[in-house]
Amino acid sequence: MSSRSGRRSRLLDWIDARFPLSKLWNEHAAKYYAPKNFNFWYYFGSLALLVLFIQIVTGIWLAMYYKPDAGQAFASIEYIMRDVEWGWLIRYMHSTGASAFFIVIYLHMFRALLYGSYKRPRELLWLIGMTLYFLLMAEAFFGYLLPWGQMSYWGAKVITSLFGAIPVIGEDIALWIRGDYEVSDATLNRFYAFHVIAVPLVLIGMVVAHLLALHEVGSNNPDGVEIKYRKDSKGMPLDGIPFHPYYTVKDLVGIVVFLILFALVVFFIPEMGGWFLEHNNFEPANPIVTPEHIAPLWYLTPFYSILRAIPDKLLGVLAMTLAMLALFLIPWLDKSPVRSIRYRGPLYKTALALFTISFIGLGYLGTQNPTGLYTLLARIFSALYFLFFLLMPFYTKWDKSKPVPERLS
Amino acid sequence: MRTAALTLIGTSLFGLCSLAEAARPLEPIEIDIRDKASLQRGAKVFVNYCLSCHSASYMRFSRIASDLVIPEPLMVEKLMFVTDKIGNTMEIAMRAVDAEAWFGVVPPDLSVIARSRSPEWLFAFLTSFYLDPSRPTGVNNLESRGTAMPHVLWEYQGWRRLAQQVENAGRGDSLSLEMAIAGRLPDSEYKNMVRDLVSFLAYLAEPVKPLRQNVGIGVLLYLAVFLAIAYLLKQEYWKDI
Repeated sequence: MSSRSGRRSRLLDWIDARFPLSKLWNEHAAKYYAPKNFNFWYYFGSLALLVLFIQIVTGIWLAMYYKPDAGQAFASIEYIMRDVEWGWLIRYMHSTGASAFFIVIYLHMFRALLYGSYKRPRELLWLIGMTLYFLLMAEAFFGYLLPWGQMSYWGAKVITSLFGAIPVIGEDIALWIRGDYEVSDATLNRFYAFHVIAVPLVLIGMVVAHLLALHEVGSNNPDGVEIKYRKDSKGMPLDGIPFHPYYTVKDLVGIVVFLILFALVVFFIPEMGGWFLEHNNFEPANPIVTPEHIAPLWYLTPFYSILRAIPDKLLGVLAMTLAMLALFLIPWLDKSPVRSIRYRGPLYKTALALFTISFIGLGYLGTQNPTGLYTLLARIFSALYFLFFLLMPFYTKWDKSKPVPERLS
Repeated sequence: MRTAALTLIGTSLFGLCSLAEAARPLEPIEIDIRDKASLQRGAKVFVNYCLSCHSASYMRFSRIASDLVIPEPLMVEKLMFVTDKIGNTMEIAMRAVDAEAWFGVVPPDLSVIARSRSPEWLFAFLTSFYLDPSRPTGVNNLESRGTAMPHVLWEYQGWRRLAQQVENAGRGDSLSLEMAIAGRLPDSEYKNMVRDLVSFLAYLAEPVKPLRQNVGIGVLLYLAVFLAIAYLLKQEYWKDI
């Protein structure tokens, strides 16, 4: 035994002399101190990593059988579903994974809003995270064209045509994105290239940057108290515990619970009643038959709803763009002296509640036909959405915050 | 905060379920894609009455033979008319250009029709043909007005016509059908026949469904055991924090 462990440590020494293996392990796991009071909301970071891993692995296998060709794409998906061994499982994991990714990311972002995790010194961490969110939306949008069903086709047509609303150069940009005057085989080929290599490459790079930025400033926590100010005699935070093994074993529990929910969808309700796989998308793309009702998948509908709420196309596109960009500004709009919602006053709590209702409401309305009452509601929710950002400097400043404890409660 | 989390998840799940029923109300039907006898009867109707105009080109005959436990020689002899190679997919002999000339549209491939249209809709459609002299086929359909499809199962159901407009509180355009010329089957038996056919179409749309559910149960059992172990491991590490 001793000779074997001796050999192993000699190997480690050999590597460490040439590559910072032990250093990386210690900095990011074994000696990365995280606050000891993480709650439910802190599972979603590691879950996002897990879903990213699932998407990449299943995506590699799908790409082995999928044909990015307008004449063959739809059939190749059914080939995967029927003739490829376990192809159905890979495909359902990937389609469920797409929606799961957004559920996890939305909860992860909501956590940041609850506990002020974007506030100094974590502004850059938030910016990188927001960039990841937009990359993810782009990745989902490009991927959604690939099954080449009716919704794939018409969804891509609607979204690419939005660029046409930009004055003067809009039509040329739309043409440049599609590679054709219509969504066509050329569009499918370039979206495939974006989906399998361009976006994932940037996405993975940004995930690494997100983790490096997090481990540089340290994790926030439900109390919003910096743990690094109170250290023991060895220089370790008093309220911190090493990420490994404490949070690795805790996150393992979260991962298994997630996998149970994930398996329930994959094996028993893969279409999720039309929310994860739309009924219309089992009809092959047909450029001459417009579906009665075109809507993007649920995770993009809040912004789609804002777009439709504005009667003018250009202003609608502008509002949608601003709605996305506003998220980036939160660290500078929030003037509150405290981070966590536990020590914030009623103003921020009300604002966050209204914002959350508006966002979910906009998301729901985006999947429905924009008739009278729904359009009115979409406009009210859009106004509330923007007011959350516009008024943030004021209500966060005027809010009565409670005293923050020096250590974790 | 835990309640906030649960409420949030609860509302989103509620939202997820409520979209499912958006379209017009359809009668619920009972189909069982594990009932092999029903699927075999449905397959017989399908190859005799559907598979001459509609293809199911993502499905192989051999897959049906093995899933529905039909011996291969029997399959080739009784259920395959265009090809005798059992590994082939369910193509038809009619060319798309001819179909367009004859019907005005190319009849859609039926491989995944039960996933784009629901089984309930298919059942309603196949039981709602009525005589309409203004149509080239002589029939129209309550579920899909102006459909190009003729009533291929007429000899079983017979011909029906629109009944005198019945006043019906609540539903504006409530139309009902009445029998004009009786077919070979009484109404209940015709409905059973269509139910078998729709079951087969549901099977055709996702032949892997029974396997998927079986594997799912195994996966969930495994994960349940894994959860217990992971939880105990976490408790063991965290007891001194």
